[in-house]
Order: sequence, then C-alpha cells, then structure tokens
Amino acid sequence: MRTKRIAGASVVLTGSLLLTACGGGDGGSGDAAAEEGGGTFSVYIGEPENPLIPGNTNETEGGQIVDALWTGLVEYDRETNEAAYTGVAESIESEDQKTWTVNLKDGWTFHDGTPVTAQSYVDTWNYVANSENAQGNSYFFANVEGYEDLQAEEGKKPAATEMSGLRVVDDQTFEVTLTDPYAQWPTTVGYTAFFPMPQAFFDDPEGFGAQPIGNGPFKADEAFQDGVGITLARFDEFGGEEPAKAEGVEFRVYTEINTAYNDLQAGSLDVMDELPPDAIASAEDQFGERLKTQPQGDITSLGFPTYDERFADPEVRQAFSMAIDREAITESIFQGTRTPAASFVSPVVDGYREDACEACELNVEEANRILDEAGFDRSEPVDLWFNAGAGHEEWMQAIGNQLRENLDVEYQLRGDLQFAEYLPLQDEKGMTGPFRSGWVMDYPVMENFLGPLYSTSALPPAGSNSTFYSNEEFDAQVRAGNSAASIDEAVQEYQKAEDMLIADMPATPLFYRVTQYAHSENVSDVSVNAFQRVEVEDVVVGSE
Amino acid sequence: MGRYVLRRLLLTIPVLLGASLLIFAMVYALPGDPIRALGGDRPLSAAVQAQLRAEYNLDDPLLIQYVKYLAGLVQGDFGTDFSGRPVLTTILDRLPVTIRLALVAVGFEILIGILAGVLAGLRRGSFFDNLVLVSTTVVVSIPVFVLGFLAQYVFGVRLGWFPIAGLTDGWYSYILPGLVLAALSLAYVARLTRTSLAENLQSDYVRTARAKGLSETTVVGKHALRNSLIPVVTFIGADLGALLGGAIVTESVFNIPGLGRAVYDAVLRQEGAVVVGIVTLFVFFYIFFNLVVDVLYAALDPRIRYE
Repeated sequence: MRTKRIAGASVVLTGSLLLTACGGGDGGSGDAAAEEGGGTFSVYIGEPENPLIPGNTNETEGGQIVDALWTGLVEYDRETNEAAYTGVAESIESEDQKTWTVNLKDGWTFHDGTPVTAQSYVDTWNYVANSENAQGNSYFFANVEGYEDLQAEEGKKPAATEMSGLRVVDDQTFEVTLTDPYAQWPTTVGYTAFFPMPQAFFDDPEGFGAQPIGNGPFKADEAFQDGVGITLARFDEFGGEEPAKAEGVEFRVYTEINTAYNDLQAGSLDVMDELPPDAIASAEDQFGERLKTQPQGDITSLGFPTYDERFADPEVRQAFSMAIDREAITESIFQGTRTPAASFVSPVVDGYREDACEACELNVEEANRILDEAGFDRSEPVDLWFNAGAGHEEWMQAIGNQLRENLDVEYQLRGDLQFAEYLPLQDEKGMTGPFRSGWVMDYPVMENFLGPLYSTSALPPAGSNSTFYSNEEFDAQVRAGNSAASIDEAVQEYQKAEDMLIADMPATPLFYRVTQYAHSENVSDVSVNAFQRVEVEDVVVGSE
Repeated sequence: MGRYVLRRLLLTIPVLLGASLLIFAMVYALPGDPIRALGGDRPLSAAVQAQLRAEYNLDDPLLIQYVKYLAGLVQGDFGTDFSGRPVLTTILDRLPVTIRLALVAVGFEILIGILAGVLAGLRRGSFFDNLVLVSTTVVVSIPVFVLGFLAQYVFGVRLGWFPIAGLTDGWYSYILPGLVLAALSLAYVARLTRTSLAENLQSDYVRTARAKGLSETTVVGKHALRNSLIPVVTFIGADLGALLGGAIVTESVFNIPGLGRAVYDAVLRQEGAVVVGIVTLFVFFYIFFNLVVDVLYAALDPRIRYE
C-alpha cells in the first residue's frame, strides 16, 4: 500500500486516548438533518494515480473515491477495527482456516442494477490476480491456491486465467482455498483489493476506470475529470443497512495542499483529511471542535541493514534503539502528529501491546554498556539513510544528534535519493547504515505488520523485508498464528513472533502517525478511519 | 512573405524532433526506477512489474524507446501514462484551460502593462512614474508561488472577491490566477513601454509632428506610441509561448487543471511519454508565436520586409 504524503497535526495524544480522540459535540444536532438527508459536500483529495478500479488502486487518493463507491465483504468497526459483517458477506467460515466458505447476503446490487453474486467476486479476483492485467493489488491474492499459475514470466502468457482455489458453489456462495491456513483471512477481505466488479467492467475496462460501477453507498453518475475530481450521488438501492446520509459527495483534486486549506478556511471546501504542516499552529484556534485527530494504521521504523557487518549483531541494534528519545522527537519536531512507538504493530490493531518493546525506551547507560560489549567501533561515523523531498530530513537529523550525544557516534545523513532511487537501492542491500522505513497497513490485523516486513518469504525483490532479516523460528511462529483456530489464539502466537523481533531488532519501531483533520461549518458527523479515509456515508450536511 | 512563413514552418520540424529527443533523454537520465516507485513501500508483484516495464518499453535503450515513441506518434498515438490514460486525451482536456489562462494573462499584460507604461513614460519623474518603478521592482523580486498564495489569501480568503481555487466560476475564476501569471511579464511590459515611449518622445519625428501643430493626442497616439510598441509587441508575442509553458506554478497554486499541472505531476512520476508530449507542444507554441511576432513586425514597421 502506498503512503500518502504526510502532513502535520498538532493535538498531542496520550496512549490510552488513541481510539477515542474525536471531539464530541456535533452528534446530536445532526439528527434532524440526517432524516431529511439532503445536500452535497466536498472532500479534499490529491490526484489519484490510477484508474478507479479497486484492484489497481493502492494509494490513499483514489482509494478514498473507491471506498465511497464500494462496500466490501466485511467492514471494519470504527472503534476496534475488527471485521464486522455489515457488508456483503453473511458469513465467512472455515473448519481448517484454509478452505473458506463465503456466504453472501441477498439484495445487493451494483449501481447498474445487476446483482452482486459469487461469480462477480470470483471473476474479479481472477482478473486482479492475473499479472497480464498489471493490477497493483495483484499480490493480495498471493495466498490463494493457484495464484502462481496466473503470474506470467516476462514475454510469456500465464499458465492459467483462473485460480484453482476459487470455486463458485451457487449464486450466493463461493469457496476460497488458501495455500496455507490463515485464521485472519476474513478480516483481510474488507480491503479495497477485494471489492467485486460487475460484468460492465469486463466489457469496457477503460470506461469503467473513469466512471466505475460499484456496490457502495454512492454511485458515479458522471466520469472522473482528470485534474478536477468527481461528484458522486447517493445510491438509493444500496443493499447495506446504513445508506449514505448526504445526497452527494464531491471529491475535489488539489495539487497544493495549501490551496485546499485556503478553500477550507473560506468555507468553499468542507472536509480535509490532513492539514498542511504550516497550519498546525493556527488550526486549533481557527477550527476549534471541528479539528479532530485519528490514529493511523501505520508505523515508521528505523531499519537496520542486517547484511552489513557493523549491524549484524542484534546487541548493536538494540543499543541504537535504546539511544533514541522518541518522545522528544514527536513533541519537538512532529508537534504531536506522531506518537512514540514501543511495539512493532500499530495501536489500531487487535493484539497491540503498549510497552511490548523494552528496548524502545531511552536508556543511555544500558545502550552504552551493550555497545561496548558488542565491540562496536565508535570512531567510524554511521550513515543514516532516507529518501529526499518527503520531510524526513529533520527527524533523521534529530536521531543522528541523539546517537552522537548518547552513544558518542558521529553520523552522516544520506538523504539525497528520490523515492524511485531509494527503494531499488534498499532492495539491492545498498544501505550502509540505519534507514528510514515506513509501512501502512493493508488491513487491520497484527500479521500485516509482521509477515510482509520481516519474514523470509518477503525478502526483496518480491516483498518489503528490506532489512533482510531471516529467521526460521520467526517464520514458523507467524505461521502458527496464521493457522490458529481462532483470532484470539492467533493474536497470542503473533505476539510471540513480535517478541522474537524485539529480541533480534532487525528494525526499531519509532512512531505512529496521527492524522489531524478538519471540516467546515456546513457539515457534521465527520470522521476519518485508520486508513486515513473519510467515512463519507456518515457525513451530515447542513447542521450544527 | 508566404515563402518566408513556409520556410519557417518547415524549420520547426527538425527543431521539434531535436527538442523531443532532448527531453526524452532527460527523463530517461533521471535516476531510479519509476515502476518500483509505483508500489511504494510495498513492491508490486514481480510479474506485474515486468508486465508494466514491457508495456512502457522501459527495458529498451534510450534510442529504441525514442524510435518506438516516434513510430506511435506518426500514427497519432502519443502514448499513455502509467494509469493507462492516453496522453493525447490529457492534452486535449487540458490545453483549452491553459490557453484561456494564458490569454487572460496576456490581456492583463496589454491592458495594465501598456497603460502603466504609457502614463509613466508621459510623465517621467512624476509620482506615478516612481510608483510604477517601485511596484514593478517589488513584483519582479517576489517568487510566483509566494505572490500566488498571497493573492489567494488576501483576495480569496480575507476579502472573498474571487474564488480561491479551481474553475467553478467560469471566466471569473481565471482573473486572479491570470493576474498572478501575468505579474512578472506585466512588470517588464510596463517598463519596456515606459522607456521606449520616453525615448521616442525625444526623437526628431515627434518634434516635427509637434511643430506641425498636431494635437498632443495625435502626436503620442499615432506617432510616438506606434513606434514605441514594436519592442513591446515582440516581447508579448514571445511571452505568450512562455506563459503557456510557465503556468506550472500558477496552475498548481490555484488548482487549475491545465497542462502545467499535468507536466509537473508527470515529471515527479518519471512518465516520459507525458512529459515529452506536453513539453514538445510547449516548444511548438513557442516557435509558432515567435513566427507570428516576426510577421507582425512587418505590419508594424514598414521598413521591415520579408522576401
């Protein structure tokens, strides 16, 4: 999943407040207007990078529109982010956590009137998984049996066009067989990549990408206008329990976030899901209760090149971790738009432990003792890597200064590479020192913060394990979590896996992002979820 | 005259080819792997990456890529961006917007720039002359994006006279961004007009005209101004080409969906086909407007003739 360019926020959050940070006060007055259900409101987005096809939308901007147009098999609970069966699926069940039976509810139709059937899902998933169609979200189906047959080598056709693991039972039922057991699979299918598409897509993929036909609370009566945006209208035959409250929502594309903020201040834009860094200081005065915060399902870490001799020893890595004062950086540099991390997973997922990582607390004395024990050469400066132009320089420098002060190690900033250069270098084991690494969750499960980042199967170029950490026991522990009989048991196994990471420290957790968002006086009931997407169907126009 | 124009037009072909190859090479020379960057922290699957690279000829050497691009161009295919959208569609969608913005800007240059220049030139050393001098110096020294955000905040947010962003109010939406886009050239136009007019007012033919007893209006309007405007027209003509290409910052600040914004986004994503298509178009406009200026020259100044 692609990270959005990050802007700032200013309200400081304490750990326990993480999930309930929204200011109250505008819920009650909104009810009258909600019943009338009128009005259209506007939402800020950046330029979407891809056509509006769920299988190809892996960044926040287009994702926001796609989310308004579709409803997934499951939805995520606003508070706990657990899978809730308020979407298309009646149930998703399995005996062995490997073969899953998905039962669909009656009465769900696409915006063009055709019913949402088991076949819709199977066809769509086969299309997205097929590498010939070059869909960005193809990898979400990598754990479905037969996925490999749909991956073409260069210049060749894939061996099959259908995954053997997908089987339609009847109109309302289909079966999914995974390559390995995965207890949390039902929680994953609420994500964008799993949304169904109607026959109309296969008839005209290009037209569909501009004016998609989904099954969600809003429908697109007009095509997306490049550089301008799109206005969606409420879908009156919506199959879910809670239809959209507003008559329509306009997603307005801005290149400059400052311009959008000017529009918001003047009241000509209604909702912004992030604010420009310069506005942090003044936004609270200006918006009062209309300024809110929401913790995000992401993590920023300092990765260690475990392939580099200097950082091959876990003790060295732990010492570095203990020499960083995360609290100081979140307060002085991020002004509260990040919270310090002491776990490898985000606070928004089930199984998060606030103080899982002891070595993530500042402990200068212990750090120096361990570093001496490991025989680390302090005379050589340490390279600190990050990508250019994305606002990382300031905090990486702060980390460098802390290392110098606390460990007496000089540092050198290596922040000249653009993202397009930085990523390949990471994949090629080119990092000569600790490096910035970011991760935004695909779905709210613990596994998503462990497997894709630290397991052996996720080594580059296929995956995101850019620290090149490889530990059979860890892999086995994650697998144990995957095949656990229940989510609770799975969480326990994952926590054991996390403990291994804490001991081996291939990377050290640094911060979690906190989104600061604001809205105009024209709307109420505005909330942003842990995927940094505005819950547009809840927004009420014209109250307060 | 006709042959001269034809010759000039034919000359544009090698120039455009050279320019597009140059731009192509520059985009090609940008380090990094755009397809890898598409996926961000989580790489796209290997097979999908390979598919995309093949689709956009990214594995080919520079010249092969360029030849393939030209071959498509001859068939009217401008290529596609990474989202599969044809570049030609983007150009056709956005060109009218950019042209409108440039026209509004040129309108301001002519209206305000020449007027201020004439008034200052007629009363050299006066308060108004000094005002023009100082204000143009200020405008020239402020970066466009600062000017843009300032104008937006003062006239849009605070005073509410103009829409802040986008094109929701038709032509009215173009006024503020047009002014900002014109600001720099407007200052030059004013100064150029002032100096040129002041100089011509001292010349012999103006003294002769005055001696014949012609009214001051006729002297200035018919005799002095006509000659004074020759360098100004040259500047404005060439500037129209530059304005089309120079709208990148203004279009971003005022959120106007024109070509400038498209090219900005494309450079960031290293989308060669998009950058080359649009920038080559800018080069073409630049050449074209220069040609128009040269032809206009002959009309303004009978001493100049093209054979």
